[in-house]
Amino acid sequence: MRRRGGGKGTQTSDLPFVSHGPQPIVLSLGVVDELQIEFSQYEHPVVMTVEDQAKYVGNSEGGLSKNLFLKDKKNRFYIVSALADTKVDLKVLSQRLGLGKGGLRMAPEEALGEVLQVPLGSVTPFALVNDSARNVSLLLDQGFKGQERCLFHPLSNDMTISLNVCELDKFLRSIGRDSSYVDLEANPPVGKDNPPDLAALVPSDSIVLPDLPEKAASLQAPPKAHVVSNNKSTEITAKATEPSRKVKNVKDKPVNSVQPSSSFKDVGQFVEEILDKTSALLLSEITEETIKQHGQQLGVVVSNCIRERLASELKTDTTLYMQTAYTEGFHVARKMFQSTDIHHQFRCL
Amino acid sequence: MDSKAAERGASENEKETPQEQEQEQVVNPWEVAAKEGGKIDYDKLIDKFGCQRLDPSLIDRVERLTSRRAHVFLRRGVFFAHRDFNDILDAYERGEKFYLYTGRGPSSEALHLGHLIPFMFTQYLQEAFKVPLVIQLTDDEKFLWKNLTVEESRRLARENAKDIIACGFDIRRTFIFSDFDYVGGAFYRNMVEISKRVTCNQVVGIFGFIGEDHIGKYSFPPVQAAPSFPSSFPHLFSGKDNLRCLIPCAIDQDPYFRMTRDVAPRIGYHKPALIESLFFPALQGETGKMSASDPNSAIYVTDSEKVIKNKINKYAFSGGQDSIEKHRQLGANLEVDIPIKYLSFFLEDDAELEHTKKEYGSGRMLTGEVKQRLIEVLTKLVERHRRARAAVTDEMVDAFMAVRPLPNMFN
Repeated sequence: MRRRGGGKGTQTSDLPFVSHGPQPIVLSLGVVDELQIEFSQYEHPVVMTVEDQAKYVGNSEGGLSKNLFLKDKKNRFYIVSALADTKVDLKVLSQRLGLGKGGLRMAPEEALGEVLQVPLGSVTPFALVNDSARNVSLLLDQGFKGQERCLFHPLSNDMTISLNVCELDKFLRSIGRDSSYVDLEANPPVGKDNPPDLAALVPSDSIVLPDLPEKAASLQAPPKAHVVSNNKSTEITAKATEPSRKVKNVKDKPVNSVQPSSSFKDVGQFVEEILDKTSALLLSEITEETIKQHGQQLGVVVSNCIRERLASELKTDTTLYMQTAYTEGFHVARKMFQSTDIHHQFRCL
Repeated sequence: MDSKAAERGASENEKETPQEQEQEQVVNPWEVAAKEGGKIDYDKLIDKFGCQRLDPSLIDRVERLTSRRAHVFLRRGVFFAHRDFNDILDAYERGEKFYLYTGRGPSSEALHLGHLIPFMFTQYLQEAFKVPLVIQLTDDEKFLWKNLTVEESRRLARENAKDIIACGFDIRRTFIFSDFDYVGGAFYRNMVEISKRVTCNQVVGIFGFIGEDHIGKYSFPPVQAAPSFPSSFPHLFSGKDNLRCLIPCAIDQDPYFRMTRDVAPRIGYHKPALIESLFFPALQGETGKMSASDPNSAIYVTDSEKVIKNKINKYAFSGGQDSIEKHRQLGANLEVDIPIKYLSFFLEDDAELEHTKKEYGSGRMLTGEVKQRLIEVLTKLVERHRRARAAVTDEMVDAFMAVRPLPNMFN
């Protein structure tokens, strides 16, 4: 499909040529209880950026969304879905979630496929329909509520659907999720007397990805030159009816669904966390007030404060690190001896 | 009356008939109840059992020997009684080490704060004195006394082990074992040596067994006694028959170890030393100990912040007055106030506790504020425990429970 009209620009041309024009289509999503959700749907060439998407659908009624797939240092994942114009500051969000400054990064590409099961450029709240994304936290821009309709990708970036945000809520509820609307532009202070206001949105479980040596070529959605598919409705239902698809990387542990924090195995991560905690405390203790109050002595005061407040927490963490290392060593030794039968020596004498 | 005479006297007291004991408070491993409507009288208990009060000079001595501040439980008199703790310290000063022995009867998956107390204290002792520790999970006992299958009690033992490990024990010097897995070999030989030196009449006197009780109950006490002797752990203490043992426990376990101490010299070992704690009061007040069967009597390690807040606000017995005016006038009754009691267990800052007691006792501070502070303290504690617990894997439990040598356990 080619765009009519020449030239680039963020100004959209006429509505895109789509084989089926925008119309309200009531579909049943094969999710739970055959939900009836009202939305309009547009096809267009694959778009990798919001600007590109805007060229095709920006003229239709609705707030275009931008969707970020993020990860913190403890392998917990987040989708931040916001109006294209909302300013999202990752540093501020990170603090509001209680992850310290710089605790949030863009998730790596492999995670898109492994966790959200969508191709590059298709991050969308709808990806939460997949079981692999059950531990991903969703933050929705409060601004969506003020829009008649909002525009999201369904599960691929060659389509955009437009729906009222209540319909999105309905969908989320049907897959057992809460809708958490957040004022993404707010920047409340976070410190000793002001706990991080979004801490409740941090997932309780982390997701550990396997080390994929070859970045699977399949993750890169081949740009489709022409949209051919007539079965628009199957796009969502197809994924939705596979709720049993588990994340491939979750090792077949029988019951234990809680993944222990990987920072207890990774020196770099462990040290970073210690430095994050120390630095957060340090920064919160150095304010105009405390400088005025202690002057030259502030260094000593803060130093003592850090020692006092962090000692026992760091001890706990380090003990866990040590226990984890020992356990690994123990199991290696056990394996070694199992093969030569010497382990019988260690039975109770 | 010297300590040995006190002990002898105590063993004789145990021969009181059940009728005589009805009027008194009841304290044994299976039941703790104060005299009607009152609280546990610990002075009477010490008298009756024949153990010693832990006086401040001993606490100072511990601080000197370990070069660090005494644990908050020592400072606040939570661990308040002992047997032969000064002998342990004397030996330690001479360069003779000891090992720690504590345990848990895994009767339920849900652990509450009262269960954690001996483990928190033992972890401190291990760290401060740098000594090895054995932890016994009496899954056989729970099978014998409760309505559980063998499988279930073994499973509970492993689950409880995870919460115990979360208290931060040093894996390089800690051996955790379950009776169903470990009993045998040298451990069993000691059990039989012990059983030969204890009569049926004695266990009836100490534990209150009756003719209708199954023989499993009668044969259990030696199982809990055997870990007091180093030769029960040949993979750890081979050749160290002279090694002393210190047992941190709640005071209701005293009867087991009185029996053990009676037997020890007759089989050629040191008597195990004991350091004993009060009971952690139930939320509703100090008439007994926390019960795993009433979820609102205790704060569980799995309670969320919301649940903790609700439990403290709703169920924690307050010593405050009925109305604000009356409270400002008379102040709070600190003797019965549960939030203050809990704070004295868990609020580390001595100065803050003193200040709170003063303000609350004089009526200047209200119950709500005290409860709020308690909720903060408990939430932090429970959070830390949960975090540590989440990091404990089945592999880690295997490692702690493996019959393995512990080189450098005294370093």
